[in-house]
Amino acid sequence: MSIYQTKGRIFNIQRFSIHDGPGIRSIVFFKGCYMRCAWCCNPESQSYEIQTMQENGKEKIVGKDVTVEEILPELLSDMPYYRRSGGGVTLSGGEILAQPEFARDLLRACKENGLHTAVESTANASFDVIKSILPYLDLYLLDIKHMDSAKHKEYTNAPNELILENAKKIAQSGVELVIRTPVIPGFNDTAEEIKAISKFAVSLPNVEEHHLLPYHRLGQDKYAGLNRNYALKGVEPPSQEKMEYLLSVAQESGLKCQIGG
Amino acid sequence: METIKFVLEKSARIEKLIDDLYAKMPEIESARGVLITESYQATEDLPIIRRRSAAFAHILKNIPIVIRDGELIVGSATVAPRSCQVFPEYSYEWLEAEFETVATRSADPFYISEDTKADLRAVYPYWKGKTTSDLAKSNMAPEAYDAFMKHAIFTPGNYFYNGIGHVNVNYEKVLQIGYRGIIEETKSALSKLDVSDPEYVSRTNFLYAVIESCEAVIGYAKRYATLAMEMAKEENDALRKEELEKIAKNCTRVPEYGARDFHEACQSFWFVQLLLQVESSGHSISPGRFDQYMYPFYKKDIENGVITVEQAQELIDCIWVKLNDINKVRDAVSADGFAGYGMFQNLIVGGQDIHGLDATNDLSYMCLEASMHVPLPQPSISIRVWNGSPDSLLVKAAALTRLGTGLPAYYNDEIIIPSIMARGLSLEDARDYCIIGCVEPQKGGKTDGWHDAAFFNMCRPLELVFSNGVDKGVQIGPMTGDVAYMQTFEEFYDAYKAQQSFFIKLLVNANNAIDTAHATRCPLPFQSCMVEDCIGRGKSLQEGGAIYNFTGPQGFGIANNTDALLAVKQLVFEEKKVTLAELRDALKANFGYGFDGVAAGRLTCEVVASLAKVGVSINEEIVRNVYQEIKKGGGLTESQKARYQEIKRLIDETCPKYGNDIYEADMFARDVANSYTKEVEKYKNPRGGVFQAGLYPVSANVPLGAQTGATPDGRLAYTPIADGIGPASGRDKKGPTATANSVAKLEQCVASNGTLLNQKFHPSALSGMSGLTKFVALIRSYFDQKGMHMQFNVVTRETLIDAQKHPEKYKTLVVRVAGYSALFTTLSRSLQNDIINRTEQGF
Repeated sequence: MSIYQTKGRIFNIQRFSIHDGPGIRSIVFFKGCYMRCAWCCNPESQSYEIQTMQENGKEKIVGKDVTVEEILPELLSDMPYYRRSGGGVTLSGGEILAQPEFARDLLRACKENGLHTAVESTANASFDVIKSILPYLDLYLLDIKHMDSAKHKEYTNAPNELILENAKKIAQSGVELVIRTPVIPGFNDTAEEIKAISKFAVSLPNVEEHHLLPYHRLGQDKYAGLNRNYALKGVEPPSQEKMEYLLSVAQESGLKCQIGG
Repeated sequence: METIKFVLEKSARIEKLIDDLYAKMPEIESARGVLITESYQATEDLPIIRRRSAAFAHILKNIPIVIRDGELIVGSATVAPRSCQVFPEYSYEWLEAEFETVATRSADPFYISEDTKADLRAVYPYWKGKTTSDLAKSNMAPEAYDAFMKHAIFTPGNYFYNGIGHVNVNYEKVLQIGYRGIIEETKSALSKLDVSDPEYVSRTNFLYAVIESCEAVIGYAKRYATLAMEMAKEENDALRKEELEKIAKNCTRVPEYGARDFHEACQSFWFVQLLLQVESSGHSISPGRFDQYMYPFYKKDIENGVITVEQAQELIDCIWVKLNDINKVRDAVSADGFAGYGMFQNLIVGGQDIHGLDATNDLSYMCLEASMHVPLPQPSISIRVWNGSPDSLLVKAAALTRLGTGLPAYYNDEIIIPSIMARGLSLEDARDYCIIGCVEPQKGGKTDGWHDAAFFNMCRPLELVFSNGVDKGVQIGPMTGDVAYMQTFEEFYDAYKAQQSFFIKLLVNANNAIDTAHATRCPLPFQSCMVEDCIGRGKSLQEGGAIYNFTGPQGFGIANNTDALLAVKQLVFEEKKVTLAELRDALKANFGYGFDGVAAGRLTCEVVASLAKVGVSINEEIVRNVYQEIKKGGGLTESQKARYQEIKRLIDETCPKYGNDIYEADMFARDVANSYTKEVEKYKNPRGGVFQAGLYPVSANVPLGAQTGATPDGRLAYTPIADGIGPASGRDKKGPTATANSVAKLEQCVASNGTLLNQKFHPSALSGMSGLTKFVALIRSYFDQKGMHMQFNVVTRETLIDAQKHPEKYKTLVVRVAGYSALFTTLSRSLQNDIINRTEQGF
């Protein structure tokens, strides 16, 4: 079977995305995730099932089965913008590793058509799966959320050992790797916690950047739309001063650090 | 790239000049109106061109002059800041009728004193029957006049009531040789005339008129020199005294002779710019390539240490303020179409030189910087972009865009140059183009472009297909057949084209009638002496003196018509879910949604009048009942109403929409656009030139939309039509890249009078250097695909608040929240508030 016939389940393609990798990008959002992060801003991405949710008082179907061939034209139609800006395609989710064949073949098709490729992923999968996508990948945007496995599990429903192990292997593979940390009040927003992550990041070979992404409430309404409780109700986004302080802490590692993607 | 170039301090003087300019409401002054009348009364025995120069001279000799506090560049058309003179030779009746309301109307109000009213009342009777407007009306075919005045299919109203303007003269020539040099050139042309030349008389008269006009301008500058000297004597502040002395020196030297330094060049430029707008009421007097013709003076002064970069910047800033000191009163209807006291003095930086090399220089950056120091509507600053444009200039422009003033507008050399060459310009002239008014390209100093000749509302011919050519009970268009019997989509589409072609022909008649009226009654010797080859040919611009002559009427409504025709094709002819007769009734009933206040009032009047006609005696109660009925959706049964609403739903939800990067829809839009542009270009104007279409509505899509019923794209009656060549408001759902891809599919080079694409961004999308560079990449990418023009509304807090109230209008508004972009309207109220409160910090 041709890679162009490989099927996958996505819930959105967002064009003109300018904060998820270099340049102007199109993002393909995969449906389904292994983890359940309390702050997740795309709760509709978590279940693999095709769902119905309420949006602005209307019903909306979330999730669609597509083939590589079906979505590729839309990704290619912004070629002039990628070319001028050094952009490309980013696969996001959900967790793209939960649909390994589709992720691999979509990335491969992008590469065959001359696109820069990136993924946003937790790396919470067997390394064999990750290995299968690396040949077709230019940039891995990897979340390291916490260095303490127990706390990690408490807030995301998954321990962090596998993630940290995979981070080392990805780094060794030579693919460009950027470490990103969502800064969540009450979870990982102390200097010690950020410092621990940045220490880990700098220990990885070939890693040069660490991005701190401030918590935001963009996803809050979606929980209501899905009839779910929002665990972080009432939590305020970190202030600019706080973010700048944590940035200075992260910078002690010597890595290139920034607030936001 | 790490930094933005030419970030300079704004001087306290500029802040004060701006404050003073906006301290009061603008005012109408009578001096020019009175003076021109005096002169015309005294020159009835002269040929018109001589009467024009005599009147210009009389005005410049006697009009009050003023030097405002702190000015370095002087010359004002009015005593009160930001005010206007009147031009009764073009038209005046509308102003007389608005004497009591012009100060309180919603769009562009002007204060008018009782003295001014009295002055104008005294002179107006003289002008009865003598204006360009009077002559244009009598020149026009009656059916063309009706299509314009009674049925609003198109409107050439701007030139019907006002001067033409829309020109870029040869500023460089005045800066270099002064009006004394132009007088010498004119005298030499006179001496070469052959007395047996059949045009000897008219040529002689024109050339004498040029000399008289130039002398008048020289004299006017000398009045300023004298005033500045007198003020210097009275001045106690030593610094200001010195400034006034320099002003006096400048005005003694320029514009009579060539400028010797940058300050003189700035002053000389300003006299040209100002006096063009005293000679005639035409707007869009565009400075054009200011960074090019001013550069030699700047370079010399910098090299010789005569001036610092900061001082030069302050002088440019002063000019920017002065450009906002000029104003114009329009009739209430036109004021809606050009809302915001628009003067459209377009000034462009960057681009290629005549050799095809990049022309960017320090002044290109400093002009953009001036627009940041003086964040006012004027000048309409533009930037030419090509593959060789330095990124640093585009980043500078993007930083200006981020301020949210909607400036600058971006133009693509790579499409405009071939597009105007296809209209007969030489390669060198095409490379030297500038932009006039809103978006119209021309080679400055050689062209009478008659850009902005009319607005043609493309939705109206489509409406007439449904009524078989009848509007307001009158058969104004061709009988293209009863839609109920149309068998194929092609038949329907052909009917649309037939209606449109018919009215394009009437539009041409209306334009040419007005054109002839201006040549007959208002030739402009001063303006003409700075456009080639008027002196050589011995005739004014208005009579065909320019090298390049065009007439550019602009069509709009492409998006609505495309969506409408696609809906008809799909729902009527392919899916057969709706019949054309049913659609016709649904449109008439505004899809069962009733009518709002003003439209309901207008419809009530129509119904009541027809009731009266058939003998019903009208009382207040009947009127009230009719009104209430119309508001609710008048006389429809519940099932009709439901069916019409269902039709609108089918259109809205199941039919493809232009602007979403759907190949078939976009290619259809291309065909719709060509149905206008390729028809217009078949015609010729009386100045020996051709018609060339533009595709843009200025702000007329709102008032002209208010005269257009519901359309088959689901647009409700009397609501705005899509602006520019972009998708209809709220129908583009795939973001800015998809929109730009769609729009780039239009054959824009045929619309050589200009096209317009508006895009909307939140300032946060442009935050930081990475935001600016990505924004620049977006522009370059659209231009790679042969887009012609792009401008941006970088939306502010106010807009976001409006977006909360009317989310349907802001469906594609992208906002950024700390490292993440999202559609604003999909956010919760509390989060929206969060973003609104943070917006101002985005800068």
